[in-house]
Amino acid sequence: MIAFRLPSLGADMDKGTLLEWRVGPGDSVKKGDIVAVVDTTKAAIDVECWHDGTVEALLVEPGVEIPVGTVMAVLREAGETSEQVRAQIDALRAEPVPAAVATVAAGVPSATPPAAAPERRAVSPAARKRAAELRVELERVAGTGPGGAVTLVDVESAAATPQPPPAAPRRAEAMRETIAAAMAHSKREIPHYYLANDVPLAAATAWIAARNATRSVTERLLLAPLLLQAVARALQKYPEFNGFYRDGRFAAAAEVHVGVAIALRGGGLVAPALRDVLHKDLDTVNRELLDLVARTRAGTLRASELSDPTITVTSLGDQGVRTVFPIIYPPQVAIVGFGRVSDRPWAVDGGVQALPVVTASVAADHRVSDGHRGALFLAAVGDGLQRPDELAKGQS
Amino acid sequence: MTRDELRATLLRCLSRIAPEVDVDSIAPAVRLRDQVDLDSVDWLNFLVAVHAELGVDIPDADAARLPTLDSLLDYCGARLGVS
Repeated sequence: MIAFRLPSLGADMDKGTLLEWRVGPGDSVKKGDIVAVVDTTKAAIDVECWHDGTVEALLVEPGVEIPVGTVMAVLREAGETSEQVRAQIDALRAEPVPAAVATVAAGVPSATPPAAAPERRAVSPAARKRAAELRVELERVAGTGPGGAVTLVDVESAAATPQPPPAAPRRAEAMRETIAAAMAHSKREIPHYYLANDVPLAAATAWIAARNATRSVTERLLLAPLLLQAVARALQKYPEFNGFYRDGRFAAAAEVHVGVAIALRGGGLVAPALRDVLHKDLDTVNRELLDLVARTRAGTLRASELSDPTITVTSLGDQGVRTVFPIIYPPQVAIVGFGRVSDRPWAVDGGVQALPVVTASVAADHRVSDGHRGALFLAAVGDGLQRPDELAKGQS
Repeated sequence: MTRDELRATLLRCLSRIAPEVDVDSIAPAVRLRDQVDLDSVDWLNFLVAVHAELGVDIPDADAARLPTLDSLLDYCGARLGVS
């Protein structure tokens, strides 16, 4: 028997409200399938299942608020019978649920419009494939092809159209409280130290411009993925900035999942993870970043993306600031900031040139590292950015 | 396609990226990124949407020279033969 529990949704979210089930009793699910949509103070989150199995029973009703760790459903493993699993459900139901959680009354805003009654529709194979990739529900797509058929363009425009924001004022208030709680915790508990360093980007920007000159807009590279790769590579040499501080001790993470701080339209902030950046090439990171930003703002994040960033990168350069003084997301132990890339006077071979320069900064946890190591880490980020060719290749 | 239809299409692409924007209030000769909160990811997603809608692939070097709605209209209009 598999007990499907509400997974961790990041350090600052300890509960969620079930919006809808994407599966029902008798459905078989595979590892990675989206099985439920859960609302948090920040966004509606798609929750994946991490086991193969068959749904035996759903234990939570939509509209109910539950703490992280609550058993939401019970799955049958291969070879198990319903009777065997049923016998264990009562014990699971009897598990104590933390007291602080109340049931939310009716009227919980749903971020997802109810699906229309199923009907047979003409859908081009390319559109069906793309819909699966973009996780667009075909029932919600208006078809403009012959006889109302759903075309590739229909799917892509449906994917690009954000869902209506749920109950804005209440969400905004709740999100502010969530951010405040996490940041107050951080500032209270974590002895931050801050370092900053100017990094010339002539090599990096020229490298990107040369590649983009011959690329279609659909394959165009941004600078941000190169910055993320530079941070990930530097973390390999300085692992004390990558991981979690919990229960009085630091545990370095084996992989680098970079949390990307994304400002939400209408206020607020989410920092979902680009997972395993080290083993992805630059085009993959670029594509995933564009997708992550679009999905974050459209409210279709996955639980796994919120649960486990091992470090965060925040780039406020587009807002025109020179230096970011970031605050660590607990239980992480470091956060890297990048300001605006601008042409600045820079000494080269005894002369002065105007070069694109960015100020990179880091806030790190003094319980885990010291400024000396922080300075070496930041220098390694800058060094990496002088060799974009090496950053562009994913490690095997 | 007329210039008005082209304008409507560009604004539709913009409102997909920035749904909070009142597209009627966009000043055509003022930099879009001064009027709308667009970061570099939004801007690229906007160009991708323009490519998908109109088939106009705006090269990186040209995109930097198209900061306003008017300049985008002129550029896409010329590429599509819209007067």
